[in-house]
Amino acid sequence: MLSVIHTHLESVSSRLCYATVLRFINSSSSGPRSSPERIMKAFCSLWLLLSLVELSPAPPASQEPPLVCRGATDPAPPQPETQEDMASTGDLEPTHFPARRAAQVALHHLNTLHGSPFRVFGLQQVHKASAEDVAAGGRKYSLDFSVTDWASGSAGPALRCSAEVMFPRTQQHSGPEVQLRCEALQQVSSTAEEHAFYQKYVTPDSAVSAQHLPDSYGNMSEDMQPFWRLARVAASFIMLRESSENTEFNMVQVASITQQESSEKQLMLDYVVLLHDLPSQEIVQWKLLVSWSPDRGVRVLQTEWQPRCPHATKPPN
Amino acid sequence: MKGSVISVLVVFALVAQDRLAGGLEHRSYDYTKYHTMDEISAWMNQMERENPDVVSSMIYGQTYENRNITLLKIGFNSTTPKKAIWMDCGIHAREWIAPAFCQHFVKEILGSYKTDSKVNKMFKNLDFYITPVLNMDGYIYSWRDNTTRLWRKSRSPGTGNCTCFGTDPNSNFYANWGMVGNSRNCCSDLYNGPTALSEPETKAVTDFLGAHQNQLLCYLTVHSFGQLILVPYGHPNISAPNYDELMEVGLAAAKAITAVHGKSYKVGTPPDVLYANSGSSRDFARLIGIPYSFTFELRDEGKYGFILPEDQIQPACEEAYQGAMSIINYVHDKNFKSAAITVTATLWTTLTALWISSANVF
Repeated sequence: MLSVIHTHLESVSSRLCYATVLRFINSSSSGPRSSPERIMKAFCSLWLLLSLVELSPAPPASQEPPLVCRGATDPAPPQPETQEDMASTGDLEPTHFPARRAAQVALHHLNTLHGSPFRVFGLQQVHKASAEDVAAGGRKYSLDFSVTDWASGSAGPALRCSAEVMFPRTQQHSGPEVQLRCEALQQVSSTAEEHAFYQKYVTPDSAVSAQHLPDSYGNMSEDMQPFWRLARVAASFIMLRESSENTEFNMVQVASITQQESSEKQLMLDYVVLLHDLPSQEIVQWKLLVSWSPDRGVRVLQTEWQPRCPHATKPPN
Repeated sequence: MKGSVISVLVVFALVAQDRLAGGLEHRSYDYTKYHTMDEISAWMNQMERENPDVVSSMIYGQTYENRNITLLKIGFNSTTPKKAIWMDCGIHAREWIAPAFCQHFVKEILGSYKTDSKVNKMFKNLDFYITPVLNMDGYIYSWRDNTTRLWRKSRSPGTGNCTCFGTDPNSNFYANWGMVGNSRNCCSDLYNGPTALSEPETKAVTDFLGAHQNQLLCYLTVHSFGQLILVPYGHPNISAPNYDELMEVGLAAAKAITAVHGKSYKVGTPPDVLYANSGSSRDFARLIGIPYSFTFELRDEGKYGFILPEDQIQPACEEAYQGAMSIINYVHDKNFKSAAITVTATLWTTLTALWISSANVF
């Protein structure tokens, strides 16, 4: 329905009008910013109404998103390439990508173990790194690096970690294995914030639902931050599993979140997340069913790779 | 009836005034928000109107969807061609912080050339050619709705059996085209096009750089994300002849960036710090002899990636400005001996001449 409106808007109004109304639709929480914009909004809404009353024809079928993807969809999730082995053995330059990619993998592992709606670790710096070939054609990286908790903002301290990350080299992709030690990691203490958040949303009538976190401008309300962090932690499970020496994953955006009925005292959330792989520049979409409680931590119960269309396909002629 | 007609007319008049101002509220532009292509075009017109002595615009090509690719030429007028600095932003549609940076950069130099002697000298000796949004079709598409925000490529339709749109413009240049790091799958975000220079956008840049080859001292192309300064080349087996100098200049720029807000930028070739690739504009610029050619990958390091929150626009632009200026200062000073140095040289020459002549007397 919304896409029909968008298409119609695009065809009847100027780009400026369209952009203004689009921004209004998208940022319903923050209102228009000033009186010219409010007037613009009023004018455009009036214009839209008038244009709808004029018996304008339905948008041509070619502008409707196809119900079924036609033609090629986005490529399948990036597979490890048969790449000429250019990686060096021995000491690695900490600022170069091989060390950084291995450290990111260690971080995904760290987040699967210790991440929560109020704790997500990010890489601060790689201090030292080395790599060696191991039995059965795999490669093992040894890393010395620092991490920070994104939830504590710029105020947070850096934690020192060391890890071994082993990328197996098998015919079919299997995920890396990580051994990890971080100093001063408070493993068991879940915070007061976590408990308050849990109590607020585990109630039977809670039905949180949202789309596009953050929005196109990178904005997100305070309330939704813990849900974003939870998605980021859940995404770590996938990113860990899918990683190889030829990938470098980040979560770009939470496409949607729909709370499910709590089960066994766990918050249950259906997420669709968009991941980005740096070397292929591809956006990969995954549907995740996630459970969380302060006691049991984050668990990913179901995962489903979703092909992305229709924006990549040509409209049918 | 009359009342509602009058109010509609009032609304029209106000909107017309708003439109004339190019959608710029109260004639002051918000550099801390992301802007639509229309707003950026209106802003470019405003920059030209408000600074006629130092700003002119040039159309140097058309996009696939027939939009005019426009740059701002900034500097003091001169009867003879001047040496120049090139900067382009937004070759990849989803990297919204890049066009935001080009706008910030223009605002900064226009706001300081009268009072800052360094910038003033740059305006005298150099021209800046700045393209705020190179891939206009892609950028506009990325604004269309929530599902298009992450579009990267151009918007040319696929050829042959291809049902997908777009070529990666930064893999489409005549710079070891197709050698490494590209994809021949036309649906891929690294699709380098049916042929090199298949995209009118890359052809426009190629033609301009070629025509101004002898003037251009420095080529800067602005992207996100990663917090990197990239030096040529994207191919692992090829080194730029001035690699050592480029690394030195890049590292100095990274230091200047860190001094602003503490953010760390890594410096190196793409095969070292990012991933091997070919067909990039930066590589093309270096290959045709523009000596100082760099790619900036702005904030962040992956937490938000392309969708950088608006409250980071200002700090991201501030630090990148110091990085860019560090490079531009170096390039300027290397090519234009400062007045101070000329005075000192004259003084020493005079003293030495006096000493020699006095020595001869004895």
